[in-house]
Amino acid sequence: MMELVCPAGTPAAMRAAVEAGAHAVYCGFADETNARNFPGLNFSTEEMASGIAGAHARGAKVLVALNTFPRAGGEELWHRRLADAEAAGADAVILADMGLLAHAAEHHPRMRRHLSVQAAAANPDAINFYAEAFGVQRVVLPRVLTVDEIAAINREIDVETEVFVFGGLCVMAEGRCSLSSYATGKSPNMNGVCSPASHVAYAEEGQDLAARLGGFTIHRTPKNQPAPYPTLCKGCFSSGDQTGHVFEDPVSLDAKHLIPALAKAGVTALKIEGRQRSRAYVGEVVRTFRAAVEAVAAGRPMPEGALARLSEGQAATAGAYAKTWR
Amino acid sequence: MTDHAPTIPRLPPLLGQAMRPLPLLPLTVTLSALSRRLAKRHPGMFRRLGEHGNKRFALDPTDLPMVFLMDLRGGRVRLSAHRKAPAAEARIAGPIAAFLGMMHGAYDGDALFFSRDLVVEGDTSAVLALRNAIDDAELDLTEELADLAGPMAGFLRAAVAQAEKQSGVVLHRVDTLAGGWA
Repeated sequence: MMELVCPAGTPAAMRAAVEAGAHAVYCGFADETNARNFPGLNFSTEEMASGIAGAHARGAKVLVALNTFPRAGGEELWHRRLADAEAAGADAVILADMGLLAHAAEHHPRMRRHLSVQAAAANPDAINFYAEAFGVQRVVLPRVLTVDEIAAINREIDVETEVFVFGGLCVMAEGRCSLSSYATGKSPNMNGVCSPASHVAYAEEGQDLAARLGGFTIHRTPKNQPAPYPTLCKGCFSSGDQTGHVFEDPVSLDAKHLIPALAKAGVTALKIEGRQRSRAYVGEVVRTFRAAVEAVAAGRPMPEGALARLSEGQAATAGAYAKTWR
Repeated sequence: MTDHAPTIPRLPPLLGQAMRPLPLLPLTVTLSALSRRLAKRHPGMFRRLGEHGNKRFALDPTDLPMVFLMDLRGGRVRLSAHRKAPAAEARIAGPIAAFLGMMHGAYDGDALFFSRDLVVEGDTSAVLALRNAIDDAELDLTEELADLAGPMAGFLRAAVAQAEKQSGVVLHRVDTLAGGWA
């Protein structure tokens, strides 16, 4: 059966994920070492240790994301968190930065290393480099590849691949996107936050909901229309007499129906996005996808079940996998 | 692909109107006892708020004729009911069912934001921190109130179950897990 890797922004979400059937859970410490450094989210050192113990007792693995890029001179925090993850019993760490990968390989050689999507390794040469140089055993592929491209990559590499199948969809080259920095001075790569809440303001203006990021109005949603996340890449802008989504519509990924094709392409693990989401979201999405991977493994038809109401824009796309998106 | 947003129950307008003349003091007294209990039993929830643990949150159930204030200033938790929106660093507005459903693990806060069932104003960071802290606390309001009710707990649970059935509002935790988790 394909491995289902599920998000946990809090210990409660971790419990919800494991109880709903997650084979593995990914999570991070409550600081800038992970790319979901949001207010009220993530794990203290003690919560990480007890969460991992609880997950292990129920047969689930825990993967710790340390997937931001340390600042020069500030590496000590990331190094300490690597040691914390190993001491807590993490099954693997998810890393993006080459310096941190080298440090992990040298100082924590027994801890499994996964390459984060933030490293944006999207071709066999890049993946094989990370495998040879740092002993990476799994790569999380960027959300820019078709299923055929994933199959072609898998034929030329010896490490496992993990792909996103559900949740928020970055349309940029992950780990390289600085859009958030232009408006706020903070980015997911360096600070663990895309469009940080501290720079977001909402206002009801007449019938519209206006969303501002760093003082810039990035969309204005009419009454009864779904509201998107306040990210620049999903912003709706006016230029001259035209108004529209410059980069991508507010829509999120749902590749459930592609699971059989992804299995055939040699993918090992399926990842669900959403560490910033509630335990209600985690439980419902994980249950749906666990039923799907079990059906695929048993050769049964894919179970029905729509999750679009949980999605940004309340609409879903197969993203780049099927290249039907604008 | 789209499907419909979850139907968040709205209390009938007549019920809101009927509640309008009722005094708020008994409710504030109950809320004060509840807030002391929550602070004692769920210290992790307040730790999780971090730098936002000294702010005021106006919780505005749009189908009830009152606004609740959660005031965390001074290292204390105070919950009170008001006729008009009190001063606060952040305001969250929506049907009472949305607040209770989120608290009890039935609804996702982002999904309620996407569907416009919830409206957020003011300090967005503080709102996110509060939402995440409450979600992690795995609260069960009915059980908290039942413990406060002493010998009336059985009656209260039965009344709440009936109210839940009639209204569709989620009044107890829906995702109770197997025991043994740390």
